[in-house]
Order: sequence, then structure tokens, then C-alpha cells
Amino acid sequence: MPIKVDNITYIYMKGTPFESKALDKVSLDIEDGEFIGLIGHTGSGKSTLVQHINGLLKPTSGKIYIDGVDITGKDVNLKAIRQKVGLVFQYPEHQLFEETIYKDVAFGPKNLEFDENTIDSRVRKALKMVGLDYEESKIKSPFDLSGGQRRRVAIAGVLAMDPKVLILDEPTAGLDPKGRDSILSEIKLLHDKYGKTIILVSHSMEDVAKLVDRIIVMNEGKCVLTGTPREVFKEADTLINIGLGIPQVTMLARKLRQKGINIRDDVLTVQEAKREIIKYLRGKKHD
Amino acid sequence: MIKDITIGQYLPGESVVHKLDPRVKIMASFVFIIDLFIINNFLGYIPVFLFIASAVIISKIPFKYIFKGLKPILAIIIITALINIFLTTGTVIYSIGPLNITREGVKLAGFMVIRLILLIVGTSLLTLTTSPISLTDGIESLLSPFKRIGVPAHELAMMMTIALRFIPTLIDETDKIMKAQMARGADFESGNLIKRAKNLVPLLVPLFISSFRRADELALAMEARCYRGGVNRTRMKQLKVERRDFAAIAVMVLLVALSVLSRFI
Repeated sequence: MPIKVDNITYIYMKGTPFESKALDKVSLDIEDGEFIGLIGHTGSGKSTLVQHINGLLKPTSGKIYIDGVDITGKDVNLKAIRQKVGLVFQYPEHQLFEETIYKDVAFGPKNLEFDENTIDSRVRKALKMVGLDYEESKIKSPFDLSGGQRRRVAIAGVLAMDPKVLILDEPTAGLDPKGRDSILSEIKLLHDKYGKTIILVSHSMEDVAKLVDRIIVMNEGKCVLTGTPREVFKEADTLINIGLGIPQVTMLARKLRQKGINIRDDVLTVQEAKREIIKYLRGKKHD
Repeated sequence: MIKDITIGQYLPGESVVHKLDPRVKIMASFVFIIDLFIINNFLGYIPVFLFIASAVIISKIPFKYIFKGLKPILAIIIITALINIFLTTGTVIYSIGPLNITREGVKLAGFMVIRLILLIVGTSLLTLTTSPISLTDGIESLLSPFKRIGVPAHELAMMMTIALRFIPTLIDETDKIMKAQMARGADFESGNLIKRAKNLVPLLVPLFISSFRRADELALAMEARCYRGGVNRTRMKQLKVERRDFAAIAVMVLLVALSVLSRFI
């Protein structure tokens, strides 16, 4: 289910003194099964962009096609789009409202008017995907859980709609390192095992670099860079200019190269850096 | 969508009207409202109309904003006018079935419409040109003489400041939660009244929870900075009555004098 964003512009509060341009002629193509990292500063327009992709916002100009269907038209079935493209907002645990975890996760499929059995199997599947217990979910209130667990419930709430594309807006914001790692690895699993197209919105290069196939960098409402993490991190100067930076190991490799040590400058993980440095040191011994 | 709501919206600016002391502006608005009811003939409204028009021009507020404030009360104005036209007794000039239109009724309706419109324009000029913070500062200062008889002026003003401060935050929050639930297929726009009210639960529960959390955090943050109410508290911006404020007072006095005079023509 490819997504095509064609030259969209969005202006907040148009026609008032508070008007501001949030998106400026953005064009994107997202293929089936891709794992995308959407990176940018606070206020770079990344949240605005993802809200367009599931029809919560309508562009001031431009078009968005999902599965070849234009979703910016007048009589579009928005529920159908939202079922296909799931959007998990920032701090999604703030949207929980039901008495039990089960009921909260069932909210989405219920709105889509499925029958009881389908709803039950969807909830069961969604809870399993995020690693929560099905039996417990029927008696426990989501408000009794820890922050990280609550976030899992909220993500399950979107997964229960069984979207093909899942967009997560800063899913790790405000979590401790352990919670962050486990949420990220579960997201990776959603892509690898369950075959979902994932768009991960973040401002942290470190989180994204290790996971995604492709990075899209946003700045001031424009899409400035796109490519695989290695391609994007080669443009380190551009990234540093817009204040995003690159992962620490990539930075280290760059610094080493600047000192005349000849190793690859596109390393992404500590493992890779280790291998490269060892290779360099061995090579030096043989000289 | 929900962001389009304008409650006492303030439009920042640098005009003389913006810079007036908030106390003077609040009092002037009161006097203005009373003044509207002193006048008892149409001629008397000419100076008032000139006054408010020039005030709007000086404040550089686009007329569009003034009219936007009138829109929501249009229904009230029309109903008031109709009731006055049809239910006032006096010389009948026209009748439609059992309803009589009287000369006095038309006159009274005219007065009411003019009064209501001027009243809304006058008060929205106050809120459009005064920031919520200086408005509450003004109210606190005006209420402080009543402290002696037990009016908690500072606490009232603080409550108002906090309430006003959180309106945009809550609007943002509502917008966000609404979108989050809409992303899960929630529907806030269709269905009958009962269904719509029921559909608001997924919005209201999270909103309540976050309001309580915010209130708790704010109280803690204030306490951490040793806030303890109005006693001996000084403020960063001291209110000061300046020359332009005296000019404004003079204009108000003139306006009231003209209105009183107009009663005798």
C-alpha cells in the first residue's frame, strides 16, 4: 500500500495574524514494507506531516495518495483511511480513558463496527504484539500501570485496528533507557515479523539510525534529505547545520578520518566501529 | 477546528489604546456601558458612535475582528429587537394578524439594537487591546481597596490569571486528544444528541485527568518557589497612571457630559 505525498503545503491559522507555514511543498514516496525514520527538530513540521497521512489534517494545497486513492478530496471515507494508516501520537498514554485495558484497546475496532468475535481476536493479537497479558487486561485498569506499560496499551489500541501502515510520533519520549530500548525493539518486531510499513517520527538520530531502512530529514517545513542512514549521515555538515547531529559513533569515525586515520566514515553502530578500528589497527601492524 | 474559538481574544499591538493603564481601561468600559443607558434619544448616540469608531481606528484593530465578536450575539440582538417591536404598547402603526407594531416599539427596538451593538464593540475593544495578564492586574488593583472588608483581591486575580493562562493549553490538549481518538475511528460529528454526548467520553476523561495532573504540577511548582499569596508581594510591572491615561479620563468625562446634555434636547 504505497503512500505518495505530492507537493503539499499546510498553513496554520490561515488569514489571522498568527498564521504560519508548517509544511512547504513536501513531496514523498513511501513503498510497502519500508521502515522509515522521519527526523526533524521540534517545529520542523514532522508531526504536521504525519497527521496529513491519515487524513486528520487537510493540506492547504497539494495531494496525498494512499493506495492510489486521493485522500484530500471532499467525499473520502476517512474511517477507512484511518484503519489503513494507524497513527500513534506523542505521549499516547494521555488518550487512555476506559476502565480496563481490554476495553481501551477495543475502542478502535469497536468504532470500525466489527462483531464481538473479531474485536476479541484483534485485541488479543494487538496485546500480544506489544507484549501485554490478555487475561490480565480484562480486569486491570490502564491507570494502574507504569508509564512504559501504559504507552504499550495505547500503541496496542492503534494496532487493534490492524493498520498496514503504522506511524509513531516520538514513541520513546519521556521513557527511561530500558523502556526506550524495549519499545524500539518491539517496533522493529512489528516491521520484521508482522510486515507493517512503519514511519518512526523522532528527533533522535541514535534511536533511528540502527533501526530504519530510510531516513527523511525535515527542517522548517521542508524535506531536506532522504536516503539510507549511511547516505544521510554522509551529509553530516547539513545535519549539524540544522542542529540534528549524527550518532556518536559516526561522529567518532568522522573525527578519526579527519585525523588521517583511514576508516569508513559511514559506520552506524558500535559493533561496526569496533570492527573498522580493529581492521585499521591490524592493517597498520602489517605495514 | 477547535482552535478557531476566540474567547476574549487579545491582539497584541503598540497603539495608545493598548498602552493605556488597564485600570483606566476597565473603568472606562464600565462608564461607557452606563453611559449607553443614560442616553435617551438617537441624537445622543452620535458622540458615542464617533468615540468608539475613533477608538477602534486609533487601536489599529482590524474592523473584521470587531464584527467577528458581534456574530455570536446576532441572534440575541434580533430576538430583542423583535420582542420590543411586537410587545410594546402604544400607537399602532401596522398590524400583522394578532401582532401589533407600535411606534414606541420600533423606537425602543432601535435603542436596544444600538445599545447592544455598542456595548459589545466597547467591551471587545477592552479585551482585544488588553492582555489577560494586565487585565487581571488591573482588576486586582481595582479590588484592593475592598481587601479591608475581606475581599481576597490577590487570590481572585491569581485564579483568573491561571484560568486564562490555561485556556490555550486546554484547547491544544483537546485538539490533540480529539485527533488521537479520531485516529482510532472515534466520531465527534455525527449522530443524535445522546450519541454525541456519549461519544465525548473518550475526550472528556483524558482531558479531566490531564487537567488534574497539570493543576497538581502547577501547585507544586508554585510552592517550590515559595508562593504564599498576596501579602507583601511586589510585582515586576508596576501599574502607573500617565499623561495618556489622564487624556483618556478627560475624554470619558466629556463623553458622559455630552450624554447627560443630550437628555435635555
